[in-house]
Amino acid sequence: MTIGIVVFPGSNCDRDVKWALEGCLGISTKFLWHESRDLSGLDGVVLPGGFSYGDYLRCGAIARFAPVLESLNEFVERGGRVLGICNGFQVLTELGLLPGALTLNKDLNFLCKDVSLKIISSRSPWFNKFQTDKRISLPIAHGEGRYHCSEDTLKKLEDEDCIALRYLNNPNGSVSDIAGIINPKGNVLGLMPHPERSCDPNLGGIDGQSILKSFILN
Amino acid sequence: MPIFRAKVIVTLRSSVLDPAGEATKSAAKRLGIDGIKKMRIGKNIEIEIDAPDEKAAEKRLAILSDRLLANPVIEDWSIDLSLQSENTFGQN
Repeated sequence: MTIGIVVFPGSNCDRDVKWALEGCLGISTKFLWHESRDLSGLDGVVLPGGFSYGDYLRCGAIARFAPVLESLNEFVERGGRVLGICNGFQVLTELGLLPGALTLNKDLNFLCKDVSLKIISSRSPWFNKFQTDKRISLPIAHGEGRYHCSEDTLKKLEDEDCIALRYLNNPNGSVSDIAGIINPKGNVLGLMPHPERSCDPNLGGIDGQSILKSFILN
Repeated sequence: MPIFRAKVIVTLRSSVLDPAGEATKSAAKRLGIDGIKKMRIGKNIEIEIDAPDEKAAEKRLAILSDRLLANPVIEDWSIDLSLQSENTFGQN
């Protein structure tokens, strides 16, 4: 069992994810430099937070064309689990693996704090250890985390039970309080909060552990 | 091959809130400029491109705009294209 952690120029949560997976949960990991193309032998992939390629043009717009992501679609189709955290979520929407887009926070502030979240869908492996409506607390750290999508897309997300997490007190103006979504199959999760920063008890919370443990559990 | 000069303008879709535009609008008011009803901030991307003709240049730029320069989920784009020079270097 090995989880690949993609490292773009400008990623800054890659080592946090490694510590959370290996140091806190005992799951082995491998860094994947953005120029590599080999996803063989991996059981899951994490797109970590940060500012990939300086977030030039738009968050995630340039990362979307990274060689390492060329085979990500195929990996997802085969059922591989992919977790996009913060900037990783932005990359997943730019790639089209998840619908919608993330843009400037409503009040233009960079938000760095713990937020309360409600689990909306517990049908995916990421949240099936939780009960629906269960509340958890995770840190956010973003300037461009306002989830936006068309009304049609929102309806589709609701109808297909793809809204994974909602903010209890919407901090950034996201449509329908959305903090995280999954694909219809449930093997891809994108979220703005950082589960990897809530795995080590020394950091004040461990609500992120069970999300990351999903890589090794059904 | 002729060289074309293009300006691609990327704007947020009208349905998408533009907090940066709103903040700038407030600053305009503080500067004393009255009457501004709306302010939306976009991007202006200047490009020079070699292409056999205008139609070919436009086609390439449309793909570029739609797939890279703008995100159609939240943004619209338009292209302003003009001929910069008939570059006949090497053809004499």
